[in-house]
Amino acid sequence: MRTRKMLLSALAIVIALVWVFPVYWMVNSSFLSNAVLQSFIPTFFPFPGTVSNFTAVADPSFFSALGMSVAITLTAVFFCIIFAFLAAVAISRFRFRGRKSFVIAVLVVQMLPAEGLFIAQYKMVSSVGLLDSVIGVSVIYVAAVVPFTIWMLRGFVAGVPADLEEAAMVDGLSRFGAFMRITFPLLAPGLVASGVYAFLQAWNEFTVALVLLPSEAAHTLPLWLRGFVQASATRETDWGQVMAASTLVAVPVIIFFLIVQGRLTSGLVSGAVKG
Amino acid sequence: MSTIAPRRRRANLTPRLLLIPAIAVLLLGMGYPVVWQIVTSTQEYGLAQQFGQPAPFVGLDNYLTLATNGGLWAVVARSLVFCIVTAFVTLAIGTLLALLMTAITKGARLVLQVALLLAWSMPVVAAMTVWIWLFDNRRGVINYLLDLIPGVEMNRYDWLATPLTFFIVASVIVIWMSVPFVAFSVYAGLTQVSDEVMEAAQLDGANGWQRFWGIILPMIRPVISIVLLLQLIWDLRVFTQITMLKDAGSKSGDYDLLGTYIYKLGTSAQDFGMASAVSILVLALTIALSWFYIRGLLKEDEA
Repeated sequence: MRTRKMLLSALAIVIALVWVFPVYWMVNSSFLSNAVLQSFIPTFFPFPGTVSNFTAVADPSFFSALGMSVAITLTAVFFCIIFAFLAAVAISRFRFRGRKSFVIAVLVVQMLPAEGLFIAQYKMVSSVGLLDSVIGVSVIYVAAVVPFTIWMLRGFVAGVPADLEEAAMVDGLSRFGAFMRITFPLLAPGLVASGVYAFLQAWNEFTVALVLLPSEAAHTLPLWLRGFVQASATRETDWGQVMAASTLVAVPVIIFFLIVQGRLTSGLVSGAVKG
Repeated sequence: MSTIAPRRRRANLTPRLLLIPAIAVLLLGMGYPVVWQIVTSTQEYGLAQQFGQPAPFVGLDNYLTLATNGGLWAVVARSLVFCIVTAFVTLAIGTLLALLMTAITKGARLVLQVALLLAWSMPVVAAMTVWIWLFDNRRGVINYLLDLIPGVEMNRYDWLATPLTFFIVASVIVIWMSVPFVAFSVYAGLTQVSDEVMEAAQLDGANGWQRFWGIILPMIRPVISIVLLLQLIWDLRVFTQITMLKDAGSKSGDYDLLGTYIYKLGTSAQDFGMASAVSILVLALTIALSWFYIRGLLKEDEA
């Protein structure tokens, strides 16, 4: 039994190394000079390293894309969380006619892929002159992320027993007061988890941004990064620079994701498992 | 009696007020586009209409054109095969990794979980650039490593040059990205299977295989079915991955899946009528797939 456990553990570590390899390779290549990367024999460790790739890609176009990404993401997360929180309270704390229809609508909308909607979204946003703007994309992002966020928060709100609130009401608090003093603090992890979820969705989104932000000046980080791969069609790719650019885009996301991962996974799982 | 009635009426108004912002943004961002697409899919909406000419109603002509268009069916078939194969392989690997996590030491489990989390957290665009670099035909590590195997001649093998290998690459990337979610979800499900049940089964003489099919699988079936459906739905929408692989490889239509096909109809061909008709097809397909998932969630919601 013990040797079996050890063998399986060794296997797990090998799998872990295989799985993490692309992430490692991105960071490794980002520190290697183009001369080293030109060799047909790969260099597996970033020694001697260089940061010249990073200084080369951190040009004004990067900071412009960073600015757009930050503006759009913050706008989308802010409204998404407020809207989703209100709706989650409505469906998990009240019984009313139309509740079930709303829940069904949310679940259906959550499934609609951007790929099936972007033509119409492009037409809609361009007809009001909001192409290349923060607002146009943000509205679509909020609409795309709000359903799952509602569903996720609903689980958290439902997880706080209404008995607790009722007990506080018996002790003389109003319904609103009981909610704010008892339930809301217990929801903080849920709000953080869904905020991170919304952040990651908006920050990494590609399809809608591609359609709604056509001019280069309005590109977000994912579109900026794609520019490097597109350019590779016409000229020799400087993979060191592409990997440095990818690292710049990925590292903040990875750090953020790892800090809150416990909450995020339990949030995703409670959304998916508990239903 | 008299104190309950007014409270109930107020309780009926409050939830509706709370729903207004969410409903408004959903109608604007999703509802209107869907309706516009349904309308436009019954119109001739091409380049002339882009410049302001009225769009004539053509009924189901767009759909008929599509139905008799071999190109569309090829794209639909490709998308479905890609989606089903990728989703099932992802589920199988994810479940195996989840089972593995229950059978290893704490330290090894932590290492595996951190590796999976790193892969999971990679932004899709960054992941695509790395994978394109890994599969690079001249200096990619994958060809280099495969070439080291005696008898395998992979030097300068161009993975993106034929549709089959192109989609294998796409599938590998999507599986790499999706397995962590499956593994963590299934693992969470597995930790709910109580030790006592497992011990009882072991005492009854059930072997590992029997325990999996007879006890573990039935208990984690809800998780498995939800995760599988989500994978199927997500793997239908692989626009970013295919777009970027096409950036690096061929631009030919043989490499299109539904998402990139619609994009092409909308942008290069400027045919919004046809693009809308295909979009409606994608939406219908998604909703059909989602229906079981949604029904399951609702059932649990009522319980």
